[in-house]
Amino acid sequence: MSAVIHEHTHDDHHHGPDKGLLRWVFTTNHKDIGSLYLWLSFSMFMLGGAFALVIRSELFVPGLQLVDPNFFNQMTTLHGLVMVFGAVMPAFVGLANWLVPMMIGAPDMALPRMNNYSFWILPFAFALLASTLLMDGGAPNFGWTFYAPLSTEYAPPSVTYFIFAVHLMGISSIMGAINVIVTILNLRAPGMTMMKMPLFVWTWLITAFLLIAVMPVLAGVVTMMLMDIHFGTSFFNAGGGGDPVLFQHVFWFFGHPEVYIMILPAFGVVSAIIPAFARKRLFGYDSMVYATASIAFLSFIVWAHHMFTVGIPIAGELYFMWATMLIAIPTGVKVFNWVATMWQGSMTFETPMLFAIAFVILFTIGGFSGLMLAITPADFQYHDTYFVVAHFHYVLVPGSVFSIMAAVYYWLPKWTGYMYDEALGKAHFWLSFIGVNLTFFPMHFSGLAGMPRRIPDYALQFADYNMLSSVGSYLFGFSQLIFLFLIIKCIRGGEKATAQVWEGAEGLEWTVPSPAPYHTFSTPPEVK
Amino acid sequence: MDKTRRLGWLIALPMLMLASLAQADWGQLNMTEGVTSISRQVYDLHMYITWICVIIAVPVFGAMFFSMFMHRKSLGAQPASFHENTRLEIAWTLIPTLILIAIGWPATKVLIDMYEAGEPDVNIEVRGYQWKWQYTYLADNPAEEVQFMSSLLTSQDEIYNRTSKGEFYLLDVDNPLVVPINKRIRFLVTSSDVIHSWWVPAFAVKKDAIPGFVHEAWTIIDEPGIYRGQCAELCGKDHGFMPVVVRAVEQSEYDAWLSEQQSAARAASEASGKVWTMDELMAKGEEVYNRNCGMCHMPNGTGMPPAFPSLINSPLIQGDVAGHADIVINGKAGTAMQAFGAQLNPAELAAVITYERNAWGNNRGDMIQPSEVMEMMSAGQ
Repeated sequence: MSAVIHEHTHDDHHHGPDKGLLRWVFTTNHKDIGSLYLWLSFSMFMLGGAFALVIRSELFVPGLQLVDPNFFNQMTTLHGLVMVFGAVMPAFVGLANWLVPMMIGAPDMALPRMNNYSFWILPFAFALLASTLLMDGGAPNFGWTFYAPLSTEYAPPSVTYFIFAVHLMGISSIMGAINVIVTILNLRAPGMTMMKMPLFVWTWLITAFLLIAVMPVLAGVVTMMLMDIHFGTSFFNAGGGGDPVLFQHVFWFFGHPEVYIMILPAFGVVSAIIPAFARKRLFGYDSMVYATASIAFLSFIVWAHHMFTVGIPIAGELYFMWATMLIAIPTGVKVFNWVATMWQGSMTFETPMLFAIAFVILFTIGGFSGLMLAITPADFQYHDTYFVVAHFHYVLVPGSVFSIMAAVYYWLPKWTGYMYDEALGKAHFWLSFIGVNLTFFPMHFSGLAGMPRRIPDYALQFADYNMLSSVGSYLFGFSQLIFLFLIIKCIRGGEKATAQVWEGAEGLEWTVPSPAPYHTFSTPPEVK
Repeated sequence: MDKTRRLGWLIALPMLMLASLAQADWGQLNMTEGVTSISRQVYDLHMYITWICVIIAVPVFGAMFFSMFMHRKSLGAQPASFHENTRLEIAWTLIPTLILIAIGWPATKVLIDMYEAGEPDVNIEVRGYQWKWQYTYLADNPAEEVQFMSSLLTSQDEIYNRTSKGEFYLLDVDNPLVVPINKRIRFLVTSSDVIHSWWVPAFAVKKDAIPGFVHEAWTIIDEPGIYRGQCAELCGKDHGFMPVVVRAVEQSEYDAWLSEQQSAARAASEASGKVWTMDELMAKGEEVYNRNCGMCHMPNGTGMPPAFPSLINSPLIQGDVAGHADIVINGKAGTAMQAFGAQLNPAELAAVITYERNAWGNNRGDMIQPSEVMEMMSAGQ
C-alpha cells in the first residue's frame, strides 16, 4: 500500500498530555490508554505467572510439599482467569488502541471517553478477583471453566465476588469492542478501503464482533450461577430439575469463540511482521482476510468438542468432530501464506521476526494437537489430561503471548522513539523459546501416559516429565524480567529511532515520526 | 558460512534428531494400547493421526527452515515479488480437505463401533462421590445386589512425604472393581454431588459422572489383570486422590468373588440387628471415620474451617444424638457434607456417630444402635 501524507505537526501546547498522575486517570488519548492497557497486561502476566510457578513448584516432585490441594485448585483457577482476562485480552486491546487509529489514519479512537471507562473498570475487576484470596474459605477453586455444580452448590462464598469480577471484565470488553468497530468503520482515512486495511485491523474488526457476540453469553452464564446460589433458582442444579450440562453448553458457546478472540489479533500481528522482515509482500492478503472470517464463523459452531465425554448422542459427536476438523482448513491457509511469504524473501532476524517465526512453528504444533483432539474416539483418551494442557498452552503461550511480544518489539521504537537493546531482545527470545518448549513439550507425553489435569499430586511414573516442565517454567518465568528491564531501558533512552524504523515495514504508522506525536493524523492522510 | 555448509547442516540436524529419537526410551511416552478391541482401535487411530501430522509438518517446517537458511539478506538474497497464485491457493485448500476426510473416515467408524452396545452380561452402576467411587452390581433380585465404596488406599504419610511411596502411589484403592474377562460389561455412570469422570485408559472408557444423568459405557476385556485410572474431571479438593482400579478375572473367579460378596452383605445386614457394645462401636467407628470422614474433618476431628467444621465440642456434638445422626445420614444441603445414609450400612453409621460423640475428648457418653439408625432411615423414607 502506498500513502501520501499531508502531515501537520501541531506545536500548540494545549495538545500535549496533562502533567502528573491525573493525566492517566482522565486521559482519553488512544496512545495513553494503549500504554495503560499494556502495563496492566504485563502486571497481570507477572501475577498469573507467579500463580503458575506455585503450581509448577508443587508439581516439581510427587507428594504434597508446599500447598494443600484446596489452595492448589485456587492457583489453577486464578492462573487461568488472570492469564485469559488479565494478560492476553488487555494486551491485544492495548495494541489495538495504540495501532488501529495510526494504521487507518484516524486521529484517535471514535469513542475516547468510553475508551477511558473501559480501561479503568479493569483494575477494579482484578482487585476484586484477587481479593478473594484473602477471604474466608479462600478464592474460587473450581478451575477457570468453573463447571457447575462445583462452582455453585459446592463453591466457596467468594464465588459471588468472582461473578461480579467477570461481569466487570465483560462490560469492559464489550465497550472496547464497540469502540474498535466504530473506529474502523467510520474513521478510516480517505482512500483506505476495507480491502486496503492492514491485516491487524481486519483481524481486530472480526475479533471485536466475536467479543460483542459472546461476552453477553458469559455474563448470562455467571448470572444464572448467581441466581442459583442466592435466589433459589435451579438452572444447573439437578436436584431442583436443572441441568449441569446446560452450564457447559452455555459456557463453551462463549468459551470457544473466546479462544479465537485470543488468537485472531495474533494472526494480524504476525501478518505484519513476517512481510516486513522478509522484505516481501504478504503472499495472499485476500485469502488471509477470508480465512480469518471463516475461522470466526466456525468458532460458533464447534463448542461441544470440549464436551465429548459428557454423553452426547453419536450424531452430535460426529457433527462436532467434523465441524471442528474444518477449522484446520482456513488455519492451514494462514500457515501456508506465512511460509509462502518467507519463501524467496530477503530475511533478517531481528527480535520481532524471531518471535513471529517461533509463533508460526509452535502455533502450528498446537494446531496439530488440536486436530488430534478433534477426533472424538481419540479424545476420549486425551480429554482432561496433560495432553490438553500441552495443546492449549502451545496455542496460547508461544501462540498469543509470543505474538504480543513480537508486536511490542516491532512497534516499541515507534512508541518510545528509541531502539530497544537488540542483544537483550535476542537473549529474551532464546531463553523464552527454550523455556516454553521445556515446560510444555513434555506435557504431551505425561498426558498420553495418563496424567489427568488439575491434580496437585501424581503417580510416580509422571515424575520425570513434571520435573522437566517445572525447570522449564522457572526458565520461562524469570526470563520475562529481561523483557521488563528491556522495555524500561528503551523508554528511558537509547539509539534514536527513525520514522521508518524497519527497512521493510509498511503502513501509515511508519509515516509519522518516532516517537509518534501525542496527536497523529489530526488531518487525515490520503491513501492511494 | 557458504551455501553448501548451510545445506549440510540442514540435512545433518534432522538426522541427528532422528538418531537420538531412535535411542530414546519410549516406555510410558505414548498412549496405552489397552486390553480391549476398542482401546486398540483408538490407539491405532491415535498413531495414524500422529503420523499424518508428522508428514504434514515435514514439508511445511522444511520449507520454512530451508527459506530461513537460504533466503536471508546476509547471503545477498533478493526478495522475489510473487504473490497470490490462484492454483496454489486452491491446492492448499483442497489437499488439506482430502487429508481431513482421510482422518475423519476411520474415526467415524471407530466411533460407531464404540456406540454399538450389545446385550450386556454384567451391569454395574458407577457412582461418583467427593472423593471416592461407589460400585453397585445390579441384579433383578435386590437381595443379590452387591454394593461397595472404593477409595484411595495410599496413606497420608506417603502423600506428605513422611514415608517412602509405594509402587502404586495414588493409584491403589481398598476395594477394586472386580469384573469377568471376555464378557460385555455395561457401566451406568452417575454422580451424587459434583461432576466426576470415570476413566480407565486400558479400556479407552472415559465417561463423565454427572448428577441427574445416567450415562452408559461398555467394555469387553481381553486379558486378566489390574487396570488403573483416575478421576478425570476436577471435582474439588481431593480430585487427585480418587483413583479407579479394576481387577479383571476369569469368569469362575468372578463368580466365586460375587457370591462371597453377597454372603458378606447378608452378614452385614444381620449385624445391624444385634445389640453392639460401646467398645465394639468405638473400634468399628474409628475405622469407618478414618476411611470416610477424616479427609475433611481430619483424623483428629479439628476439621478445616470454615468449609469443613471442627467436630470437637461443636454444637452438633453437644446437641442430641438424633440430630447428629440426621446430619450424618441425610447430609447438609448447601455444604460439602454428604448424605452418608447412601454410602454406609446401618452398623457403620451407628459406629461412626458413636465414635464422633466420644472421641478426641468429646466424651458425651451416649451411643446409638444400628437398629435405631435403621428405624430413622426407614422413617425418613
